[in-house]
Amino acid sequence: MIAFLIRRIAQAVLVMLVVGFVAFSMFRFVGDPVSIMVGQEATAADRAAMAERLGIDRPFPVQFARFVGNALNGDFGISYRVGRPVMDLIQERLPATLELALCAAMFALVFGIGAGVYTALHRDGALSHAAMTLSLIGVSLPTFLIGIGLIFLFSVELNWLPSFGRGQVVDVGGWKSGFLTQSGLRSLVLPTITLGLFQMTLIMRLVRSEMLEVLRTDYIKFARARGLHDRAIHYGHALKNTLIPVITLMGIRLGSLVAFAIITETVFQWPGVGFLFVASVQAVDVPMMASYLVLVAAFFVVVNLVVDLAYYRVDPRLRTDHATARS
Amino acid sequence: MTETSAAPAPVRTRPSLRERIAAAWDSDIAYSFRHSPVTIVAAVIVLLLLFGAIFGPWIAPQNPFDPGSLNLMEGKTAPLTPNMFTGKTFLLGTDDQGRDVFSTILYGSRVSLFVGFAAVAFSMVLGVTLGLIAGYRGGWLDSVIMRTADIQLTFESLLVALMIFGFTRTLIPPGSQNELAVPVLILAIGLAEWPQYARTVRGVTMVERNKEYVQAARVIGLHPAIIMMRHVLPNVLGPVLVIATLGLALAIIAEATLSFLGVGVPPTQPSLGTLIRVGQEYIVSGEWWILLFPAVTLLALALAVNLLGDWLRDVLNPKLR
Repeated sequence: MIAFLIRRIAQAVLVMLVVGFVAFSMFRFVGDPVSIMVGQEATAADRAAMAERLGIDRPFPVQFARFVGNALNGDFGISYRVGRPVMDLIQERLPATLELALCAAMFALVFGIGAGVYTALHRDGALSHAAMTLSLIGVSLPTFLIGIGLIFLFSVELNWLPSFGRGQVVDVGGWKSGFLTQSGLRSLVLPTITLGLFQMTLIMRLVRSEMLEVLRTDYIKFARARGLHDRAIHYGHALKNTLIPVITLMGIRLGSLVAFAIITETVFQWPGVGFLFVASVQAVDVPMMASYLVLVAAFFVVVNLVVDLAYYRVDPRLRTDHATARS
Repeated sequence: MTETSAAPAPVRTRPSLRERIAAAWDSDIAYSFRHSPVTIVAAVIVLLLLFGAIFGPWIAPQNPFDPGSLNLMEGKTAPLTPNMFTGKTFLLGTDDQGRDVFSTILYGSRVSLFVGFAAVAFSMVLGVTLGLIAGYRGGWLDSVIMRTADIQLTFESLLVALMIFGFTRTLIPPGSQNELAVPVLILAIGLAEWPQYARTVRGVTMVERNKEYVQAARVIGLHPAIIMMRHVLPNVLGPVLVIATLGLALAIIAEATLSFLGVGVPPTQPSLGTLIRVGQEYIVSGEWWILLFPAVTLLALALAVNLLGDWLRDVLNPKLR
């Protein structure tokens, strides 16, 4: 266990260092940060002062070490586009993205598992066939078209829900939350569905096939022979065993929720980190792009590490050191 | 009697064109194609869209990007209704600039398909080459290539494409941003997809490497590059073709998504994604056709290519047969 842990953590640190190096080279060698920051009509003294402030008058290894040190302290420099510290900008936007991602994950889990169980138990029902066909289309439908379609239906035609923004937010100790107001909750509905739909179809298909597999096994037959109720068999015995792969899938897909949040946030003009990132790619705002790269990489690496460790705990076959000792 | 039995084996002549067509018609792939209506429909859709994209400039009623052919008075004309000023009718309506939507779709799918095919070709060449090298050579080279692929696969490919796009753009002087946007886009989408090919090709190569024909080729002193290209490569083409077809759908969607986000092709060369981005602004005011027709085209293209890829996977996968 400890060897496995150390190996995985070392791997994670290595990945982060590589990503940090890419981000840093981007930051350092791309364009001329000094002229971008001071503008066209600056004196040589201005330029020197800015170069010192940005720390780019030092040798390369020193700069990289400083970059890593600063990044560990949460300092990613100053945005070219807005002229404010990057970390402040990200901190302002982070709650919006996290709330959206959380809602989308819950939506995908609840409806994905529900629909998966339903389609597995009623294999030949008309509703199941409809759900399976829809999920096939849902997989090839680009996220932004889902968003636009929902806006067209529920905002423009029916005028039920807002089509952009977060509504009213309440400041809870520096965390601007949209959960506490009616307009905030209403604004969450469409982006949540847009972001969660693809993951929902994946979970639904996974639960369905796992559930069908489990329902064929002997212990389910014995449970039926013992005269247990269908409800107890389906939910107490079968569903439990289908959930392990679902949890793994959800862990891995958390990363893609972040990626697709960029699209969803752009469609709904949701003031989150993804929207900020697209704006900075358009404006070639290097510090912003570099820090987003590092943060997303850190998120992905941590999620992967946790999933791997959880797998290791859940699945005894992975503990190969034990297995070889026994055999 | 003895002469006839000792006669040499019949000389193999080149089959005539007719015979070859007949053989192709009888092959398993053609059989399964003929018996799958969904696949036929998908193939027809793809062929139609390809035809429209290739011959777009000759089919389109107007060149939507030639300002001389546009009339602002004809802006926002609904489909099949005469314009209130000039009385002209447009099959799919016009956008705010008076561009014929049918023409913009033809020109747009040209850009979308070009970027899609080029990105797939790029990632295929890169992934297959690296996969062959990793599988054939093994050792540290294999570890480096496959670990890189593993790391890249943990990130969502769209995010990787966006990152590469942003990163490459910073290297380009502002003056040539627009001209180089399409090559950069191809590079970004292509680089995001190569691990899929590398993984598959490496797996097959590792199996083939130890077979007798490869060892024989090695014994007669062929160069490893020739062994990889001429002997191993044909064995991996089936799965590579499947990944490439499904990858084409992914690449088209990725291009549309990036263009929709406003970080893809320049406004002077709109793709389907750009058209959807522009059309999105008009759904509130009721001009639905500016959005709907490009969106339907993109959807039909992605769905049809996906269906073709699924069919190809089922046909070429011996495990399912």
